[in-house]
Amino acid sequence: MINFEDLTIKRLHEGYKKDEFTCTEVIKQTFARIKKLEPQIKAFITLTEKQALEKAQEVDKRINSGKELRALEGVPYSAKDVFCTKGVQSTGGSGILEGFIPPYNATAIRKVEEVGAILIGKNNCDPFGFGSSTENSYYQVTRNPWNTEYVPGGSSGGSAAAVSANMGIFSLGEDTGGSIRQPACFCSVSGLKVTYGLVSRFGVMSYGSSLDTIGAFAGTVEDLSVVLNVIAGKDEDDATTSEQPRINYLLNLKENLPKLKIGLPKEYFTEDVDPEIIKAVKKAASDLTKQGHTVSEVSLPYTKYAIAAYYLSGISEVSANLARYDGIRFGYSDQSGQDINSVYLNSRGKRFEDEAKRRIMVGTYALSSGYYDAYYQKAQQVRTLLKQDFERKFQEYDLLIAPVSPVLPFKVGENMDDPLKMWLVDAFTVTINPSGIPSLAIPCGFSDSNLPIGMQIIGPMNSEKLLLQLANQYQSITDWHLRKPRIK
Amino acid sequence: MSNYEPVIGLEIHVQLNTKSKMFCRCGTDYRDDLPNTHCCPTCLGLPGALPVPNKKAIQDVILMGLALDCEINKNSYFARKNYFYPDLPKGYQITQYDKPFCHDGKLVVNDKTVGITRIHLEEDTGKSMHITEKGGEEYTLLDFNKSGIPLMELVTEPDFRKAEDVFDFAKKIRQIVRYLDISDGDMEKGNLRVEPNISVRKVGEKGLPKYKVEIKNLNSFTSLKRGVEFEVKRQISILEKGEIPIQETRGWNDDKQSTYTQRIKEEAHDYRYFPEPDIPPIELKESKQAKDNTDEIYLDEIRNKLPELPNIKVGRFVKDFGITEYDAQVLTEEIEIAKWFEESVKSLKDKKHGKKVANWIITEIMGSSQYQLSGVNKLKIQPLQLADLVTNVEDGKISRPSGKEILNILLTEGGDIEEIIQNKGLEQVSDTGALEEVVKKVIVANPKPVADYKVGKKASLQFLIGMVMRETKGKADVKIVNQKLTELLG
Repeated sequence: MINFEDLTIKRLHEGYKKDEFTCTEVIKQTFARIKKLEPQIKAFITLTEKQALEKAQEVDKRINSGKELRALEGVPYSAKDVFCTKGVQSTGGSGILEGFIPPYNATAIRKVEEVGAILIGKNNCDPFGFGSSTENSYYQVTRNPWNTEYVPGGSSGGSAAAVSANMGIFSLGEDTGGSIRQPACFCSVSGLKVTYGLVSRFGVMSYGSSLDTIGAFAGTVEDLSVVLNVIAGKDEDDATTSEQPRINYLLNLKENLPKLKIGLPKEYFTEDVDPEIIKAVKKAASDLTKQGHTVSEVSLPYTKYAIAAYYLSGISEVSANLARYDGIRFGYSDQSGQDINSVYLNSRGKRFEDEAKRRIMVGTYALSSGYYDAYYQKAQQVRTLLKQDFERKFQEYDLLIAPVSPVLPFKVGENMDDPLKMWLVDAFTVTINPSGIPSLAIPCGFSDSNLPIGMQIIGPMNSEKLLLQLANQYQSITDWHLRKPRIK
Repeated sequence: MSNYEPVIGLEIHVQLNTKSKMFCRCGTDYRDDLPNTHCCPTCLGLPGALPVPNKKAIQDVILMGLALDCEINKNSYFARKNYFYPDLPKGYQITQYDKPFCHDGKLVVNDKTVGITRIHLEEDTGKSMHITEKGGEEYTLLDFNKSGIPLMELVTEPDFRKAEDVFDFAKKIRQIVRYLDISDGDMEKGNLRVEPNISVRKVGEKGLPKYKVEIKNLNSFTSLKRGVEFEVKRQISILEKGEIPIQETRGWNDDKQSTYTQRIKEEAHDYRYFPEPDIPPIELKESKQAKDNTDEIYLDEIRNKLPELPNIKVGRFVKDFGITEYDAQVLTEEIEIAKWFEESVKSLKDKKHGKKVANWIITEIMGSSQYQLSGVNKLKIQPLQLADLVTNVEDGKISRPSGKEILNILLTEGGDIEEIIQNKGLEQVSDTGALEEVVKKVIVANPKPVADYKVGKKASLQFLIGMVMRETKGKADVKIVNQKLTELLG
């Protein structure tokens, strides 16, 4: 039997090279594990066992013919259901796309598959990324592998839970306001939100186009680096990707890390934050000082405006981005009415979830004539100030460290009656996206109740190399990321 | 004489002739193909698909702006215009809002200056076909081949007071887009669409009337003119009854030659414009810097592509070639003709024959069926050959009728002028001795005209010249024939 709990890309490739197991065996055993755990976890909307086994045979052929292993050769992975996967249902977690089978692959999917990765399934998520607990999904509620009474976080809860429960080695996710970092934190895995424009968004269902970023979940920072090597880069199909010098993030992990100046923004360590979280993150900071880094408190005075800027930008864009789900060309179509308007109203009315409707309505209002200047326009001005706030800080400090979430994972159903409270669960992650900067969430402890705690390492634009290096150093001196949930 | 005057402004949409669509790689050459065969995730608005702007289309619109003396916004951006319609796949159109690429230009037509408010770039929608079956069943078919075709929208100030000026302006716009080679500008095919906004006020009144009527589906220049004329009359007759026309959109019915109510505009639609977040703002640079990447758009490169525009070309032709303004207009109507003419003139040894070349092109070439069927670029005769032909005629090597005969051969079969002259024996007979014989023969054979001439009927000379030409199969040098006849008839 393959030990999935220790399985990393490096370990898997060693196994392939030494002929300890074939790719077909890996995929078969992965699905055996999924079948055992999935009834409790519910991390997947769609499983792709047949295609995965076919791919595995191709990989085995390549390996047997002596070909060099490609970066993600034979690596089982999953993807949040907002990624379009050619020939495989992609719902975005919403009922309006039930049965939608895209005719094309998202760029990130294409890139990982070109280097041998094998899709095992599509992960449950809040519809189009709208949520912080994966409870808004049209299909099912995903459970936290650490305690199945608790939510896995959201919106990419299925991805985080799958990686946490070792169903697949990595998962592709999407982070508009914390949708990678917060579930990574709740499920105790590593999750990277990249610099806006570093990874192509093409083929990923848009939430807030100016905030959406494509990233990944993995058990270790090292595996995240391998995935980032593959998915980063300018894409001819996404005008918002930028030309950056090519970096080998994996090789850089081994480089000597200089002594860094790290800031702890005090706005993220207030008395509203769970004391166990503050304690764990401060302990992590002091562990880093032992590695020669200096840590001190800093202030980001515009933080209090970030949530408003985030939600106004995001949901205004949502109101337009969701207009294409009109019941005409794809997805759910209700044709019981007599005219075109009833197709719109019935299809959208019946299959958009409450959270989707809420955001469409608020976003439509914010863009309306006479309100645009006060809301959307103002939010963009605030974003400029937020960027400057961070830029100034990064002239003095190399990186910032903060809790990922102000609260510990909560129970399923606990926040469902209070949408505003649910929005504020993301208070520490949504503040990052309006500025476009990267942030890496890694496990840094557990509560007394054995629920995961995570910290985020935040850096200036295109500082992924440094984020990964520091996180890798932290993972080399701690074992939080190696702890695995005991799933009943 | 009416006490009313129309106030008309135009919205003109021009499909650009780029190879690929505005925001994706799909081809634009869809007209002869089946529905929905030129589509991709982006122009179908599939989940996750993103727009990437077509740089050539942006350059084309700026070129148009420069041609119409516009100000260019160096910092521009695309915006989303939100509304639901089945042929608008994303539920929003990507267009421009408060920062169009071009604004505040002008174009002079019939000695009147028409203000150009703005020129911006957007994407075309798909096409809806509303079907009613024989049994009465109704449904709509959608074709997205047209979805995402680059569309230039030009808006004028309400500066028109006559249908004729609207007609001439629209033709001028067509001429210019063809000069710039940015569109076919064909109204019948819908790649040039003119939508006039018409209202009428009392002569002497200032300011815009409180209502306006937009006319759609004018799919030819004739219907444009007739539509405007009809609508102005209709509105005047309403105003004369003391009423005010309803603000609405009216369609043009070509069969009935009248307009009809299409859509009565309720309160202003809220399109909730906001900057398109999928496309970074477009920043235009003046000129190329060494470190720039290849995506940049440079104004000086576009300026260099700006050809000599028709109005200026006319003036230069008149001045340089001594032709009339009318002839210059005809020769510059299409840039290909103008180019053909200039190329021909360039190869003339004697530049003073330019005027003759112009005449030959206008009367002989442009009048030929070959030209009218397939245009100047497909002609078998080359510009250099026309120059040779004109030179041969003017130098007296061949006669004018022989020249026309040769031109006809060159138009239908092509060939070499010298060979044709040789083969057909068309070399002009200027040998006075040989011609004297023929002239004498003609005098003897035509006693009546000769007598008429002698009593002062000068026109008879023309008849006798004609007879000599017939005898010589058109090869005689007319000047010598004339000279000999007068001499022999005393």
